[in-house]
Order: sequence, then C-alpha cells, then structure tokens
Amino acid sequence: MNLKSMILGTALAAIGGIAGADGHGGVKVGMITTLSGGGAGLGIDVRDGFMLAIAQSGRDDIEVVIEDDQRKPDVAVQLSDKMIQSEQVDVMTGIIFSNLAMAVIPSAVAQGKIYLSPNAGPSALAGRGCHENYFNVAWQNDNLHEAAGAYANTAGYDNSFILAPNYPAGQDALTGYKRMFEGDLAGELFTDLGQTDYAAEIAQIRASGADSVFFFLPGGMGISFLKQYADSGVDIPVIGPAFSFDQGILQAVGDAAVGVVNTSQWSKDLDNPANAAFVETFQAEYGRLPSLYASQGFDTANLLISALEVASPSDAEAFREALRAADFDSTRGDFAFGSNQHPIQDIYAREVIVEDGIFTNKVIGVALEDHGDVYAAECGL
Amino acid sequence: MTRESIVNAVVLALLIAVPAWAVVTGEPFTITLATRAVIFALAAVGLNIALGLGGLVSLGHAAFFGIGGYAMGILAHHAQTYTVLDLGLFTTGGTKSMPVIWLVAMVASGLAALLIGMLSLRTAGVYFIMITLAFGQMFYFFAISWPAYGGEDGLSIYVRNGFPGLNTLVPIQFYGLCLGVLLLVLALNAALAKSPFGLALNAARQSPARAETVGLNPQRLKLVAFVLSGVITGLAGALFADLNRFVSPVMFSWQMSGEIIVFIILGGTARLFGPVIGACVFVLLEHVLGGLSDYWHIYLGALLLAVVLFARGGIMGLLAGRGAVHD
Amino acid sequence: MTSILIIEQVLNGLQFGVMLFLMAAGLTLIFGVMGLINLAHGSLYMVGAFAAAAVAGATGSFLMALTAAMAAAAIAGVLVETLVIRRLYRADHLDQVLATFALILIFSEGTRWAFGSFPLFLDTPDWASGPVTLPGGIDYPRYRLLLIGVGLAIAAGLGLLITRTRIGIQIRAGENDREMIAALGVDISKLYTLVFALGAALAGLAGALVGAIQSVQVGMGEPVLILAFVVIVIGGIGSIKGALIGAILVGLTDTLGGIFLPEVFKLFMTPSAATASGSAVASMAIYILMGAVLIWRPTGLFGPRAA
Repeated sequence: MNLKSMILGTALAAIGGIAGADGHGGVKVGMITTLSGGGAGLGIDVRDGFMLAIAQSGRDDIEVVIEDDQRKPDVAVQLSDKMIQSEQVDVMTGIIFSNLAMAVIPSAVAQGKIYLSPNAGPSALAGRGCHENYFNVAWQNDNLHEAAGAYANTAGYDNSFILAPNYPAGQDALTGYKRMFEGDLAGELFTDLGQTDYAAEIAQIRASGADSVFFFLPGGMGISFLKQYADSGVDIPVIGPAFSFDQGILQAVGDAAVGVVNTSQWSKDLDNPANAAFVETFQAEYGRLPSLYASQGFDTANLLISALEVASPSDAEAFREALRAADFDSTRGDFAFGSNQHPIQDIYAREVIVEDGIFTNKVIGVALEDHGDVYAAECGL
Repeated sequence: MTRESIVNAVVLALLIAVPAWAVVTGEPFTITLATRAVIFALAAVGLNIALGLGGLVSLGHAAFFGIGGYAMGILAHHAQTYTVLDLGLFTTGGTKSMPVIWLVAMVASGLAALLIGMLSLRTAGVYFIMITLAFGQMFYFFAISWPAYGGEDGLSIYVRNGFPGLNTLVPIQFYGLCLGVLLLVLALNAALAKSPFGLALNAARQSPARAETVGLNPQRLKLVAFVLSGVITGLAGALFADLNRFVSPVMFSWQMSGEIIVFIILGGTARLFGPVIGACVFVLLEHVLGGLSDYWHIYLGALLLAVVLFARGGIMGLLAGRGAVHD
Repeated sequence: MTSILIIEQVLNGLQFGVMLFLMAAGLTLIFGVMGLINLAHGSLYMVGAFAAAAVAGATGSFLMALTAAMAAAAIAGVLVETLVIRRLYRADHLDQVLATFALILIFSEGTRWAFGSFPLFLDTPDWASGPVTLPGGIDYPRYRLLLIGVGLAIAAGLGLLITRTRIGIQIRAGENDREMIAALGVDISKLYTLVFALGAALAGLAGALVGAIQSVQVGMGEPVLILAFVVIVIGGIGSIKGALIGAILVGLTDTLGGIFLPEVFKLFMTPSAATASGSAVASMAIYILMGAVLIWRPTGLFGPRAA
C-alpha cells in the first residue's frame, strides 16, 4: 500500500467518521449469535428473522455485522470486544444462551452500548443487574415456566412431577413453575446437562402417581425425552415451555409431541396483521415456517427501526427513550416494556398439532395476561 | 545460532512488534487477540513440561486451567460484591489484586496436580490419558452443578483485577504483563530442560527401566513435572479469566484440554517455543477462517490433519528441523 | 422406592450399558489390534444415525435404515482408514489424538453442511413401539427390550467371531504381537481395514438404534465417545469381555446412581439441596468409578497385566 493510497484512505475514513457523527440516522449493529454446533438452529432463526425485518424496512443506513459465538463464552467475549473496539458498533444483539449473555452484556452496557436481547433473559439482568442500556425483547427466563404453572392450575392439575437439567436455566425453570403452580409436587428431579437417556426418570414418573408432568429440556434433550416418554406407555399429560416445541425441533420429534401443551409468548396463528405478514414473508423468503426465535429476531429489528425513526444512537438518552416507547407492530400483538425494560405481554398456551402434514402449534388459550416478571422490583430503573 | 533459536527470536520479535503496531494504528482488538494467543501459549507451555519433557499425555489439563480461572473468579467475586468467603479455617473478603490471585491460583492448581498426579501416575499409556480425562470431567460436572459460583452460567467479573504500577484496563498494558509472564516461564522452562532435573526427566521418559538402574526414580520425577505443569497451566487460567473478565465451567471441558494439546502438537512438541507458535497460529486461524465461512471448522480440521500427517514435528519441525530433545 | 421401580431401573441401566457396548467393542478392537486411539469413533456413530434418518425418511423401513447406517459408517470407516489412519499406526498417541480430533471437526461441520443445523427425525418402527407388560406387572418399552436383545446378540456374535473364526485368531494374535503375524504372512493392512470397518459398522448401528429414541443432531457422538473410552478403560483395552462387563457396570452406575444418590443425600440434607448435590455427584459417578478401578487395577479389569 503506497503512501498516496494510505492518505486517501485515511481521509475517506475521516470524512466517513464525521458524517456518521452528524447523526444522519444510521446505525451499526453487532450481532453475536450461535451459528455453528448443536445450538445453531436457534441462532440461525434469530438472525433470519432479524434480517428479514431489516430488509423489509427499506432502509439502507442499517449495517449489521454478524459473528458466530460457537456457543463458547470466551469466544463471545472476544467478539464483543471486537464489535466494540474494532467495528465500533452502536447497538449489540443476538446472544441466545444465558451463560454467554452473562459474559458479554454487563461489560458491553457498561461501555455505553445499547443491547437488545432477542432471546436470553437471565434473572440477574432483570433484577439487580438491570441497566438502562439493556432491553430484553423476548421474555425473562422464568416467564414461560410461570405460564406453564398458571396453565396447570386452570387445567385442574394438582400433583405435578417436574424435571429440568441441573444448571441455572433449569433451576430457574422449576422455580418459575413452582411460583405459579398451586398444587403439590409428586416429584422434583434434576437431570444431567446433555443427558440423552431418560428411562430412569420416566420410570420414576410412572411410579410417582402424578397427574401432570412439567419439563424443561431444551434442544436434543427434549427430543430424546419426548420420544422415550411416548414409547414408555406412561399416559400422564405433559406440559412445558415452548423451548422444547419450537418449529425447528418439532419435525425431529414427530408424533411423540402431538397433543402436548406448551407455553409461548408467540405462535404462528396469533391473529394480528403484523404476524400474518411475518409468517407469510418468512416462509416465502426462507422456505420454512418461522419459530418463536425467528419472531423474536424479527421483533427486535422492528423495535430498533421504530426507535431510529425518532432518534439516533448518537443521542443516547433520546434513543433509549424511543426504545422504551416500543412503538412498533409486534408479531405478538400488544407489546410494552416494564420498568426493568423487559416485556409485559400475554403468554399463551399452545397445543402441538399436525397441519398439512407438518407438525406445528395452535393457540388454545391465554395462560398469563399482561405478565411482567418478579425481578422488576429489584431493578433500580 | 541454530535454526531453532533464529525462529525463536523471530517469534519473540513478532510478539513485540505486532501489538506495538496495533497501538500505533489504533486497533485494540488485535491486542486482545494477541493476549489470547499469549495466554493459550502459557497454558500449553505448562502442559509441555509434562507432555514434551515427561512424555505424559494429559487429556485433563483443563482441570488446572479451570482451577486457576475459578481461583480468580471466586476471589474477585467476593471482592466486587463485598461478601465474605468463609473457608472454615479463616474468612476473607476476596481480593482484586493480581499477584495475590496468581499465588492462590498456582497453589490451588499445584495441590490439585499433586493429588491427581499421585493417583494417575499409577497407570501408564492410554490408561493415563483416560484417567486424566476422567479427572477433568469430574471438575467440569462439579462446576456446572455448583450454584454458588454461577454453575453453567459462570461468573462475570466486571472490572479487570489490578496489578501494582499498571492500568490493566488498557489492553496493551495487560498484554505486556501477560507477555512478561510468558517470557519468564519460557526462561524457566529452558533452564529446566538443561538442568539435572530436566535431563533425568528426559531419561525417564525415554526409558524408565534404564533410568531406574542408574538410581533415578521415574515416578517421582514425573510427579514433580506434572505438578509444575499444573501450576503453570493454572496461572494461565487465572490470566484467561482476567482477559475475558469471565469464568465458566467451559474452562474445565475436555474440548479445552484437547485444544491445549493441539497448540503443542501444532507448534512442535518438546520445543521451547513450540507451544507459542501453535497457540498463535491457532488463534490466527480461528479469527481468519471464521470470517470466511460458516463451516470453517472443516478447514481448521483439514489443516490440523495436514500438519499431523505431513509435518510431524509441527510448525517448528518444518522450520527448524528435528529437535535435540526427541529421539 | 418400590421393587418394580428398582427392577425397571436395572433394566434401564442394562439397556444403556448394552448400547455403550456397541460403541466400546469397536473402540477396544481398534485400539487392541491397531494400537490406535480413535477420537473420531463418535463421528462414525453420528454418521450411522444420520444415514438411518435419511433412509428411514426416504423408504419408511426401519430395517433398511439400520442396514444403511452400518453400511454408511463402514464405508466412512474404510475411507478414513485408508486416507488418514494408515499413516498413523507408527505415530505416537499424541499424533493420533490430534489427527482424530481434526476428523471430529471435519465430520461434524461436514454433516451440518450436508444436512443443515436442525435435528433430524428418526422414530422407532411401529412393530417395536409402545410398552409391553413383563412378568411382575412392569410396563417396559418394547424397543428397549429389543435393544438389550440386539446388544447381547452382537456381544455373543463378536465373542464367537473372536474365538472361533480365523479372522478372530488373527485379531487376537494381532493384539498380542503385530510384527509377528505380519512375519507369519497375514496381510496386516487388510486386517486393519477390516477391523476398522467392523468397529465403524458397530458404531453406526449403535447410532441408528439409539438415534431412534434420542435426537439425531450434529455432535451427538461426543458424549457417547467419552463414555465409551471410560468403558474400555474400565474393562481393559483389547478385551471384548471387558468391554461388555465395563459397559454394563457403567450403565448401571450411571442409571442407578442418578436415582439413588439424591435419595441417599436426602438422609442428611434438605430435599432440594439433596436433589441438586445428589445429581451433581451422580454425574461424576462413572468417572469416580473409573478412577477407583484404575487405582485398583491400573490396566483395567480384564486388560493385559504387567509382566
């Protein structure tokens, strides 16, 4: 690279920098999400939903840098440093898993970056660890489990067997369910993270005399459990959060999931125009039905775009105010932020059905209405 | 000047020049990458004492990496939340001072290495590999299930710990600190290899029976090497936790153990700067290949395969020929 | 804690163990005969499961899917052996570890590239689904009984192969002294390829059989690989009998440990603390078992004894 081109390059960069600082309304977004390995399906869905909304907005001043965290916390931290130091993004988003979120978000928001979470909602960041730069567009981790507990009450269950893997999200799941569920516990089990054989647990369920089973087993764990449960002849009704029944996983589980009730803040058959358009355009663009993760990515992008209509990231306080207003058409219908910048929304009960040869979900009722989270009280915002 | 010492000098020069250039051009991320490489190099140099010099293939060295990391995480966590750590015999409010944390990390990993070494060295060959793997896995599962320090979520340490006289938040200063530690350990390693202990260890590795006939105790030599190796890898773990300002059970995983071994083999087993070259190349590949394709692990695997099949002595072997240490 | 529950759990442990045996048998043969540490064995398991899912989806026949699984894994095994493994027999364990570690990367991401990032569908066949009532009133899934049967049958078959056939004699001789049988005129490279393909086919079969009741996804082989290594170490490398006994031990320890340890802990802890720490210790149980066995018998239960 000769001297002349170096000078020219530097000059152009400087001009570009000045133009950016003028606040012409553009924004640079850093998306760190899981695009490889076992959990990749979720990250890919979030990314696809997000980019669909960006494309549909028709704006050309939103630049998105996408990186793969490989589900490794140290890689996520490194990418976060890169986004902040090297790419100099204004807004960050994308992380799927709570342990990566805890590694990245506190430091990123402390450095002044806005973080919009399209998935992970750890309780630490909803309560004492909340921050004015951190917005969660999906849910607080406990929400779907609390809704399952509430649904169990209305369904008339009063003796549940509950199980989850022995890690913080699993422990939160059981805590959330127990918070709302008013009946007794026929049994409470922690399984190993990554465990694939649930014969022993199913035998215990059979012997427990429970009238309902609540489980939280994301990813491959849930697939294994459902298949083995269906094969075992144990007939007790099963409920769980949407994480084991999302569109990507259902095809792998098949018949074993049909009839199971799961709780989610979104379903493809929610009756509002934004959602109908989203489902149709997502399927047209990507050739598959969207999952709740895709809807979360879509909503996150639309939240960002709605804020950009009113303010620019260069004016931090105005931008945060615009984000808090959440003035966009969510695929969930009504959407508002609580005081801790986590959603207040309806959580639905859905049932797994077969439709046109494809396994999908159908809403059967509202489990919790206008539900926030219990950690908001601990947040100082 | 052997070819190897020329290569060593070049590597050293690059380790100083590249981050310096990054400071000048204002690319702090390059410094972060370099720090990551240097810390991985330190972990691998530690393992190399057991593996290269002692011939002990430990597939559980991530145990020490994690112990060092958690030593830092636990102490700093109590300091930053102003809670007290009750260890039964005494209590402490934690600390955010790096020298103290390093000392604790090294002692803790040393003790663990002593225990694990005493039990594992009763076996040999692939059994040794497996039992070290088992110990690594035990730590991993324990850390995941231990809710007090975050379990699988891990622990975030919001502000990097302090070192007297430096502002560790400035990337180049933290890098300089890590590089200094690495160079110190390399110097010690070089001295060790030539010392009576190092020579005896080498003899024990090559032929335990013959070593015994001249009055050496191979088991004891290997144990000492294992403990030293654990101590250094533990120190690297504490530094890694500080780099990322985060500790999680992933530091204990067998994939991490495998990666540390990869650094050594990639760079050249039993060569002084071998682990350094291996770690730097690996971090570089991770960064560059990741930008090229979503499926970049395939290319990484193919490259590693090529190195094993066609470049037996690792990169150092390619550049500087077979080493003096290995038969 | 009824006796029915205990019996059911023992059956579960047995089934888990028998499935591990399929993986471990291949691994122990490969290591025993060829002295090769094969970290890519878990990838062959995954290849079998994916092949089964693909064929089952296309033809609807479970038996064809199983055949396809074994064939695909065996072919993958032969390819890997001729292209890569062959150069590693004289290398030390370290190089083998790295090379097969690299193969894991290639297989995993290659599978993801070919089949996508979402898990695949594979289900038990209708004729093997649902529960069956055992004497004593226990309802047990038919498929799991099938697995136990298949596993034991293969164990018997392998045992016969090793002790009664010419190939078996060559394998046992090869475990004992590689150079000698080469000097005696046995085609070593063909033997090695055969053993590798056999081990791979077993892994592929295990992947397909287990994939039907678990999830078929990238990376499914790694946890099983670690367990298989634990099994062959406990059983003693090179010994099929050791692999079977080791596998059943591991299966029972893992299953029964997960159930009974929390109960034991409940005797002196609060229930929720007992559940959490009990399952924590249960997850470490098989490693503690392996450590204990190795400390008592440094070469495993049926491994070669020091002269």
